[in-house]
Amino acid sequence: MRRPALKSMSLIASALIILTACTPESPESSSKTLKVVYQKTDSFTALETMFQTAKQEFEAANQGVTVELQPIQGNDDDYGTKLALALRSPSTAPDVFYEDTFKVRSDVDAGYLLKLDSHLDGWADWAKFDDGAKAAGRADDGGTYAVPLGTDTRAIWYNKKVFEAAGISLPWQPHSWQDILDTARKIKADDPSVIPFNMYAGKATGEGTVMQGFYELLYGTGATLYDEESGKWVVGSAGFKDSLGFLKTLYGEGLAVSPAEALDANVWKKVFGEWFPNGKLGATVEGSYSPSFWQDGGSYEWPGYAQDMAVAPFPTQDGGAPGAVSMSGGWTLAVGAGTKEPDLAFKFLSTALNRDNSLKFTLDSSQIAVRSDVAGDAGYQAANPFVKDVSGLVSVTRYRPATSDYPRISAAVQEATEVVITGAKSPEQAAADYDAAVTEIVGGDKTVRK
Amino acid sequence: MPARLRGRGLLRYLPLLPAVLLLLVFLAGPVFWAFQASFTNTGLTGRHARNPEWVGLDNYQRLLLDPVFPLSLGLTVLFVAGSAVLGQNLLGLALAVLMRRARRSVSALVGTAVVAAWVLPEIVAAFAAYAYFSRDGTLNQLLGGLGMGRPDWLYSWPMVAVVLANVWRGTAFSMLVYRAALNDIPTEVAEAAQVDGAGGWQRLAFITLPMIRRSIATNLMLITLQTLAVFTLVWVMTAGGPANASTTLPVLAYQEAFKFGDIGYGTAVASVLLLIGAVFGVGYIRLLREEKQ
Repeated sequence: MRRPALKSMSLIASALIILTACTPESPESSSKTLKVVYQKTDSFTALETMFQTAKQEFEAANQGVTVELQPIQGNDDDYGTKLALALRSPSTAPDVFYEDTFKVRSDVDAGYLLKLDSHLDGWADWAKFDDGAKAAGRADDGGTYAVPLGTDTRAIWYNKKVFEAAGISLPWQPHSWQDILDTARKIKADDPSVIPFNMYAGKATGEGTVMQGFYELLYGTGATLYDEESGKWVVGSAGFKDSLGFLKTLYGEGLAVSPAEALDANVWKKVFGEWFPNGKLGATVEGSYSPSFWQDGGSYEWPGYAQDMAVAPFPTQDGGAPGAVSMSGGWTLAVGAGTKEPDLAFKFLSTALNRDNSLKFTLDSSQIAVRSDVAGDAGYQAANPFVKDVSGLVSVTRYRPATSDYPRISAAVQEATEVVITGAKSPEQAAADYDAAVTEIVGGDKTVRK
Repeated sequence: MPARLRGRGLLRYLPLLPAVLLLLVFLAGPVFWAFQASFTNTGLTGRHARNPEWVGLDNYQRLLLDPVFPLSLGLTVLFVAGSAVLGQNLLGLALAVLMRRARRSVSALVGTAVVAAWVLPEIVAAFAAYAYFSRDGTLNQLLGGLGMGRPDWLYSWPMVAVVLANVWRGTAFSMLVYRAALNDIPTEVAEAAQVDGAGGWQRLAFITLPMIRRSIATNLMLITLQTLAVFTLVWVMTAGGPANASTTLPVLAYQEAFKFGDIGYGTAVASVLLLIGAVFGVGYIRLLREEKQ
């Protein structure tokens, strides 16, 4: 009994010695792998193109390093969920990944993101990035954890043909909410089959409801969602009730889509794919990326969009300063906190975001440039007729207060808009419910009455 | 040699070991993990993602105070009762009984049509159902053609739409179970009853149903548990909306865990769902056992 055991033990021991001898002496010469995770959909391949190019450039410049691209197919929500799940475990966490600006803060809290300050100091290109956009990658501790890819703004997109038919003089620029309602009523009176002015509302459209709708209203009243200075959430503001009141008027008078259509998660596809191209929609609040749907190769190709469509900044409630409201989001690239090769990972990130790659990505996905050398490029300026209009809104734009509590607060706002447009509750009741929900989520000491 | 016999007795269970191990790893493991996570404040992101804290019964306490929870519980009961216990079960039985009497070509045609819905992957079936019930969908085109108006099913009657969709999708299973069960009834019994003057309904009530009652119990258990867990169908068709009007417990658990990143709370909802499933499962198994005695 003893003998065979000893024998096999010695065999295993000798095998181990041989195997150790086989491993290369210097780890430098061994092959290293960087895992890159990003989003890819049928209509969004700009990022895929960018990473494929960066992979080739990077592997050619760094012998022995393999870049493993792992695209995730899915919409923004699904991508976020899958990425978060991958980040939870060190064995699945990627080295470099595509990260939504509004998740940066909470992912830093979770310890998922590597602080990039020391790397950025040695990167000459960093000085070319826009200061406002840089802020999107900054966390509460003042450190930078993510590098912006591009940003976006929101404005009113309107169909000139529909406006002309209703006898509205062009170019159209509303100066207050009342101007919007007056114009919408005029369009409805002229042709009841047209949807005059849509704004997303309800939970089905998710962040679209707040980013392309409610926040444009709220931030135009002088109220805010979150008081950055005290770090508290605002409750009981008159602006919140007024904003809900505006939605109530818009939906109640049939100036927007029917509540049933608004609560269909696919309503935005109809906006881009059916209603605008067919002249069935007067105007809506949408992002600066809108042309990417209509351009050649977009999901809803529409050659006439450059002639038919126009952009107007969203006005403040009564035309008060600064006169226009916009919201910004955008995406970044980040390095995983658990990466074994932080230097290589950052090097790959900076290759992916060099001038040429940034320019191509910005053009392909109709982004607003965050690098001064991209913004100054003639190709960028001429990408579509609206670049100048939407880029100008950067001066008035706002970012979401993206703390860890934000997704729940946002859901409470969406809920408030939903009960108002369906007529289930009055704006006052809905605002009171929202206040109660916020207090429940963050606790009474984290709210402030304004 | 009692010792040796005992050894042989243990050895007899050896072939079961792989199955037991698999069940432990892939079934008991996740269940235990979910149960354990429901007592913590584990988050998908934020400061509690990597370092969750033990919060005891906080999540369950919150659940009891959450106005959506009783609504969701009621909707789940409605969904299971409407689409599984009544819809799939009765329709499956009716189809199985009728198909025995129908001409062979008719029964083959009906059988194929019913099974087709079941063969589809869940996501495909869900999209088909969405396309059927949506505002400009097939159903409304048919109704509009008949001049009956075009109600917005997914908005005005979301539960009716998802219940009908689940009946459509799941009836095949009940039908197949009952066809097999009916085939096992000896024709002599039915003929004897016929000679004694029993009509069609009487034969169904006093001969057929009592003879297949074990299949009924098994079928009810399986479809109840399956329907309790239905997620994709509801998520694709209504995503729980409008205003939570079709948020069944699996949808609620998903929203809490992944949309709001509150894994602790989401797993608490999931644990309640598991508990309900367990109660149903134990109930049906006891029913079957009593039958045996």
